[in-house]
Amino acid sequence: MSGTGGLLEPAGRPAMELPKYRVVRSSKMHRYVLIASIIIVLALASVPFWGGQSMSRTLVTFFALLALGQMWNLLGGFAGLISVGQQGYLGIGAYSMWLLGDVLNIHPFICVFLAGILAVIIAFPAAPLLFRLRGGYFAIGTWVFAEVLRIIVANIPATGGGSGKTIISSATLEPDVRIYGTYWIGLVVAVGSILIVFFLLRSRLGIALTAIRDDDLAAQSSGVNVFRAKLWVYLVAAFGCGIVGAVVALNLLRIQPNAAFTVNWSAYAIFIVVIGGFGSIEGPIIGAVIYFAMLQTLSDYGELYMLLLGVLAVIMATKAPRGLWGFVEKKWDLHLFPVRRGLEIESEPKDKAPPGGEEPAGAESPAGSS
Amino acid sequence: MSMLRLQDVNVFYGDFQALFDISFDVNEGDLFAVIGANGAGKSTMLRTIAGAMQPKSGKVLFEGEEINGISAHKRVDMGISLVPEGRRVFPSLTVRENLQVGAFSRRKGDWNVDTVVDLFPLLKPLLKRQAASLSGGEQQALAIGRALMANPRLLLLDEVSLGLAPVVIKAIYEAMVTLPDRGMTVLVVEQDVQHVLTVAGHVACFLEGRISLEGEPSELSPDAITRAYFGM
Amino acid sequence: MDWVNVTIQGILLGGLYALFAVGLSLVFGVMRIVNLAHGDLGILAAFIALFFVQWLGLGVLWSSLLSIVLMIGIGYVLQRGLLNFTLGTDDTRPILVTFGLSVIIQNALLMGFSADTQGLKAGGITAESIEITDRLAIGWYPLMIFIAAIIIIVALQLFLANTRMGRAFRATSDDRDAAELMGINNRHIYSLAMAIALGVVAIAGILMGIRTTFDPTQGQFNLIFAFEAVIMGGMGSLWGTLAGGMLLGVSQTLGAQAFGSEWALFTGHIVFLAVLAFRPQGFFAKTVTA
Repeated sequence: MSGTGGLLEPAGRPAMELPKYRVVRSSKMHRYVLIASIIIVLALASVPFWGGQSMSRTLVTFFALLALGQMWNLLGGFAGLISVGQQGYLGIGAYSMWLLGDVLNIHPFICVFLAGILAVIIAFPAAPLLFRLRGGYFAIGTWVFAEVLRIIVANIPATGGGSGKTIISSATLEPDVRIYGTYWIGLVVAVGSILIVFFLLRSRLGIALTAIRDDDLAAQSSGVNVFRAKLWVYLVAAFGCGIVGAVVALNLLRIQPNAAFTVNWSAYAIFIVVIGGFGSIEGPIIGAVIYFAMLQTLSDYGELYMLLLGVLAVIMATKAPRGLWGFVEKKWDLHLFPVRRGLEIESEPKDKAPPGGEEPAGAESPAGSS
Repeated sequence: MSMLRLQDVNVFYGDFQALFDISFDVNEGDLFAVIGANGAGKSTMLRTIAGAMQPKSGKVLFEGEEINGISAHKRVDMGISLVPEGRRVFPSLTVRENLQVGAFSRRKGDWNVDTVVDLFPLLKPLLKRQAASLSGGEQQALAIGRALMANPRLLLLDEVSLGLAPVVIKAIYEAMVTLPDRGMTVLVVEQDVQHVLTVAGHVACFLEGRISLEGEPSELSPDAITRAYFGM
Repeated sequence: MDWVNVTIQGILLGGLYALFAVGLSLVFGVMRIVNLAHGDLGILAAFIALFFVQWLGLGVLWSSLLSIVLMIGIGYVLQRGLLNFTLGTDDTRPILVTFGLSVIIQNALLMGFSADTQGLKAGGITAESIEITDRLAIGWYPLMIFIAAIIIIVALQLFLANTRMGRAFRATSDDRDAAELMGINNRHIYSLAMAIALGVVAIAGILMGIRTTFDPTQGQFNLIFAFEAVIMGGMGSLWGTLAGGMLLGVSQTLGAQAFGSEWALFTGHIVFLAVLAFRPQGFFAKTVTA
């Protein structure tokens, strides 16, 4: 989109010409970020060839946390829907590995992605009900729904009931295939989660979300279909969480209702996003790295560890609501992912030069600003 | 004595400057009118005096004392009451309860439910009604009465005639005029120039955040006022 | 006749749920905060009482009273020292902060007391029942809890309707900026509201701790019950919250009777979802538009 303008001022003053401008999405920096990202992903993809089984299994946890953080942030940070119930879809995803793999004999690697679809099918009727609640009540409502799912699953004898079971179809895969296959699936899921959020934000839905998050009544009266926008986001988040749950189950080989549906999943997601960065794509990546690092070094301390995380989350949510990345964003005006729109000046106007020539992208526009 | 003094007050909404070096005095017992077009900064000034906003620079002095950092609720205790723009009565409370909340600060004085109802007889039959069900004029009377319940020394009125029928405006102004005789200083902000100039002892005109004219209504020509109002 | 007994049990259980719900509802009404740590704070009160019993040798009654007083203080400080800073145009912050608080409380309790279930013993009172007919008996203790709920709700209603502070609460709830212009210090009002809310939830937590067992992770269930009671009853109405609590209690007890005890909570959830689907505003909602 480009344009020029001529402005007529009140009588007596000379006309001023606006410079030629163009709306752009990305700048040179973003090209470097893209190249760096591809290198990182390729490096990660190579791990099975030199890292060994243990490292691969451990990193799958990291991928799961990263994807979980992106999905939770999509709901909470971008759409303003704070959910404390995503564990419902994680659990459904986990149990899908049993249902689709053991009962329907579908190959486990395919089950992972079908698990997302199962989660969406369940999320679809839940959404309109839950959207009748707002804010903190919506959050608790999502929790109630997750509880409903947990109770149902835990009381079906075939699933192994309260004590759970091993996923035979996954466990009987040849170990190298299983472990490295799971690893690559995990990597795909992590990268995929980032890409889904990225493309969603660049779409019309992304703009709608910003409007809704700022003031959803005003958005409604401006013609944004608030319900549909929220629904899309909720379904995508359910899809993502279902797949994450499936990946975790594939990695652990065991499913158990209290573990699969525990609210702790929401706690992890909240920690990741609040500490790393709320409302940005970069944030949950940072948060997942930090959380995962802390998990590796401090998890022996169990309850103290969770308590300290809670304290950290409370402090961050109070003092630095946009997390660590928010601080970086603000200080250096740095946006690694080109989801915003900026103005690029193409040519100087004829009579008077306005301050500055080319403006860096991301300097102007609304998406995701605090 | 100077009841209220503004000294070079500058107020911002974020990056947007609403008031530029505003300075003026309001003396005890004055009925001081501030007029100006929409967006001239009049409400901003009142809210700054009431403590709902803080100036970026400049001083607000009440009865000789600087009150810049003092929060809004404490200013009520000191004797400043604001009748806010848009009335802002408490919708779920009854009329009587609205008045009672007005007396929350427990300042001593002549104003109580009975004397307020004497001033605004239209409120008498409405005491038990929920404020949300009142008409615009009734809500305005209630809002003023509510502010009076705090027994203020300085009463601030923000556009009380907005959207009201002439009959109601007349009743409100008739009540307003009696207030200085009862020991109250009144600072009233209006867009509607006609009514307020008949009661004010002193007037200042705001234009785009600055004072464009000041003086006594009797000494200012309608022409001068119009020009100051519109910035011509 | 078993069904009548079960229904009555459910109604009485509703009194306990209402006690949990009142604080949640009050805090939301006055400052629009949904306190996700609400249930955990109730459990905390029970643990504090337990601490006084076990470590200071005080009787259950004195320990409970001390705990309630302590919780009232904690409520004031919590709001004034932390939650007041999360208020603003963004309503996500209080949710995240109170969720973090919930995690902190649960894990602190786990560290201090282990995951074992605990109980506060108050003697035989909990087991006695009143016989109405030869097949109909009401537990004395559940009845007492129900009556306590009614007394507290009546007291709160009287407070809100007839006192200077109560009117200030309602005014702040209607319009916080206008309330500030009346001389009402919002930060103080919010802290008082939280103090009252935690005092009531402490009573609820302790009464529950005497009636059944409790453990550090129980708080999340109490939060959910409180929430379901508030939503089903309709927001803005304390009596509605009691009604919602009773509906929840009856759903749970009837569900246990009909389908087995493992389905008790589930039945409650389903009834809740049904109310959300067909009467989302609840049964006794009070909303006023100016």
